[in-house]
Amino acid sequence: MTVVEETTTLKKGFVGQSIPRKEDKRLVQGLGTFFDDVRRHGMGYVHFVRSPYAHAKIVSIDVSKALELDGVYGTITGDEVAIQTDPFFEMSVEPGGNIKDYALAVGRVRHMGEPVAAVCAATRELARDAADLIEVEYDPLAVLVDAEDSLRDEVVLHDDAGSNVVWSGVFDWGDVDTALAEADHVVKIERLHFHRFSSTPLECAGALVEYDKGTGEWTLHCNHQMPGVGAIWMAPALRVGIDKLRFVTQDIGGGFGNKICLHPQYVVLCLMARKLGRPVQWTEWRTDQHTANAHGNERTFLDVEVGVMADGTMTGFKVRALDDCGAFPRYEPLGCIIWAQVTPGMYGWRNIRVDFTQVCTNKSPVSPNRGYSRMQHLWLTERIVDIVAAELGFDPVELRKKNYVKVEQMPYETPNGCVYDSGDYAAALDIALDLVDYGSIDERRKDAEARGKLLGFGIGSTLDSGTNNFGQSTLLNPELQFSGNNEAASVKLDIFGEVVVTLGTVPQGQGHETTAAQVVADIIGCSPEQVNVRRGHDTWFNSHAGFSGTYASQFAFTGLGAVKGAAELLRAEMVQLAAAVLQAPEEAIELADGMARVKDGPEEAALPFMALGAIVNANNAFLPPDFNPTLNHRYVCRPYFGMVDTEKKTGQLTLTYATQIHAAVVEVDPETGEVEIVDYAAVDDCGVRINPQIVEGQVHGATAHAIGAALSEHFVYDEEGTLLTSNFYDYHVPHAMDMPPLKTGAMESPSPVAPLGAKGMGEGGGGGIHCLCAAIQDALSSAGKPLVTTSCNPPHRVWAMLQDPEATRRVEVMSK
Amino acid sequence: MAAPAARRAISVELNGEQVELEVPARRLLVHFIRDDLGLTGTHVGCDTGNCGACTVRLNGEPVKSCMLLAVQADGATIATVEGLAADGELTPLQRAFNEHHALQCGYCTPGMLMSATALLERNPSPSEEDVRYALQGNICRCTGYVNIVEAVMAAGEGR
Repeated sequence: MTVVEETTTLKKGFVGQSIPRKEDKRLVQGLGTFFDDVRRHGMGYVHFVRSPYAHAKIVSIDVSKALELDGVYGTITGDEVAIQTDPFFEMSVEPGGNIKDYALAVGRVRHMGEPVAAVCAATRELARDAADLIEVEYDPLAVLVDAEDSLRDEVVLHDDAGSNVVWSGVFDWGDVDTALAEADHVVKIERLHFHRFSSTPLECAGALVEYDKGTGEWTLHCNHQMPGVGAIWMAPALRVGIDKLRFVTQDIGGGFGNKICLHPQYVVLCLMARKLGRPVQWTEWRTDQHTANAHGNERTFLDVEVGVMADGTMTGFKVRALDDCGAFPRYEPLGCIIWAQVTPGMYGWRNIRVDFTQVCTNKSPVSPNRGYSRMQHLWLTERIVDIVAAELGFDPVELRKKNYVKVEQMPYETPNGCVYDSGDYAAALDIALDLVDYGSIDERRKDAEARGKLLGFGIGSTLDSGTNNFGQSTLLNPELQFSGNNEAASVKLDIFGEVVVTLGTVPQGQGHETTAAQVVADIIGCSPEQVNVRRGHDTWFNSHAGFSGTYASQFAFTGLGAVKGAAELLRAEMVQLAAAVLQAPEEAIELADGMARVKDGPEEAALPFMALGAIVNANNAFLPPDFNPTLNHRYVCRPYFGMVDTEKKTGQLTLTYATQIHAAVVEVDPETGEVEIVDYAAVDDCGVRINPQIVEGQVHGATAHAIGAALSEHFVYDEEGTLLTSNFYDYHVPHAMDMPPLKTGAMESPSPVAPLGAKGMGEGGGGGIHCLCAAIQDALSSAGKPLVTTSCNPPHRVWAMLQDPEATRRVEVMSK
Repeated sequence: MAAPAARRAISVELNGEQVELEVPARRLLVHFIRDDLGLTGTHVGCDTGNCGACTVRLNGEPVKSCMLLAVQADGATIATVEGLAADGELTPLQRAFNEHHALQCGYCTPGMLMSATALLERNPSPSEEDVRYALQGNICRCTGYVNIVEAVMAAGEGR
């Protein structure tokens, strides 16, 4: 059920309609092409030998027995990698910037599952047999699984860095010390912890890599969701130019950020393809994805202090944030900065200090994961609001409405110079409250009590910031030569009137073929069925730019912005050509229904698109020499950002802010700690919706991810650094019976800065996690007022909170 | 005791066609379908038989083909997603998936379709609870199952 309020009044053709997706025809027939579906004659299958230890010296590796096995094509170890490649470029400044990160472990392993060697064989089964024959001798070292332990530098993971600290910095805006001194109440929260989980896309990572000896070029049939950045890492490591790497993606089974840091494995495949002189293929095992691909940010928030006035105005907060990036930072130092896109969350406080440190531990490396770094920070702000409300006796709905940034304040500049482009948070909250029948909560609470259950209500308000300014990386490291953003697309009109689009983006289910077709159809005057959007990303399409990929909730801005730009160039040329052929002024030409015609002209004064395409491509002799239409246009969408101030750490770090407000009603069984979600609503405002059904689908999906994370999904390590939840048995993800009745609502506050008024969306901002934490805390408020201080609350944790609520109440309130 | 056979010839009826092939005894049914027969619509999503991306129908029953050896299918009838649409004509269920936006990345979709097709054959008008129960062995990370359940119910009611 969807309730829509305040829709845009922009003229809508195909844009704005929920047209069924073009991608579906092949996918429902099982005729999609995912990378593991691609075959090459003579290809070999690769299996990685992985460390069983979380931290150990590699004493020796003996591949001889593997090489003796019939059908084994070859092996590669860290020693070879260290000779043939250079370490991957590190983003951070010292000490993290000195880390040496190679495609295979060199001399030392630093997390369970870290690849140590690889073997290639004729079949998948033989590759595993051969891997079992590779003998690795390890000398175990002390293990670090806790970020606070790591900070002490008693055991240092990377000698080149000399410390486990990757990066640290203080962000300080306004005057939080004065705000706290002047506040009527100061609420101190000792510790909040955001846990490790990830989106676990159903298709694992992988690639089939071919090497062309004649040209020195590699082709990677793969599912890397950000090939621009992948190439920037891989090419220098392989000591080749970026033009030697061709990324080809077709259908991808989900990404959610977890397919961004695949460069180490891909470099191994490139080396093996070259060494063995045959195509090599690797498909990640589910266990490998959980142990050794990409976990989402794990962040501990310490010594939170919040200033609150008597009337409920929250004036500011300070916090020490400790981020655990696992064994290798890779993309993750950006996480030290990216949360600052949403520094104040949804709220109007102006005095904020965040003392941020990122450390390495002997756990899986962290990489972007749906909600990347902003979700963790927004969880912090929502926890703060609910804990303040609980401790000071404010109503959580009223406290939010009082402190939300108001619609009249939009566009709103945050304390650190970001600009919230549009949104009406209070109105969206009202829709959510209505959907879950907020007025009946007290009655439902009594009814639940009669049945022996504890009913709770919670809100999770969150932002999905999109269209990054890569200049934010200079706040991390002023030497980095990154700024701005871009995306490319090409649109052409072909010989028989075919409209063909190629994208730089790398869709993993977001329906780019469909939404791009809608945009093009509206601009050049045909139907989406007549627009052929080529599947996936291919370096050789030459339709990509340095930041190409699908990530960071930006397709509707940059991807469709590029499509719009290219389509407009094409349209202009089609009009010009039609005018020349029909001998009419350009203003009199209209494009509609696949035809170019003179407005109100006779039937003969019309050309089908096919005629335009044929003239330019095959029959162009009569065109005057100074008129050279190509009907083939490439456009780069380059969003405009202000400059970033590295000293004050301010600037426009991102351009669009979609809103999501989630509300949940839960019933807790006090005997078991089990939480049942009995009512749930998610309200989304992402500006103009190109295809409302596609938007809603991703709201559903983000909610499912959040519910899984809030109630069961947790990457748990024991003290030896063994990951205990390394497969779908132990790491429970929601199935169809786990999902609550889910209602959605939508609003459209168009973005004043986006080419189509459409903000990026898709990540969702973890709204479900915030609201379930709030609902659980509310449910338990009658049972000793335990505070929810962690983001994952499975039954055993809820039960423990009920047994010993005091243990969770590490909170102090100082009132004037 | 004789050494166990490393390879065996098997005979299966796959999507209505007879197939005979010699396979390694330890080859999983899913790899037989994907690698040996080139039918790549059936997918692998995990390594513990939890996710259901590999669901096919064996003698009519939905099974996880990653949890069976190819040799166990000797003499059986197998149906995969490629066998649903006859001559490119989508089934009502496949059309419902499209109309109700029941897929995003499409990776779980073949498994979902096989489980749901089996459900609708034995229970032509399932309730929402029936649908969720029948699909609990098929994991999706994109859709939250909302539109999938809607699509199956729509196909069931002949909408």
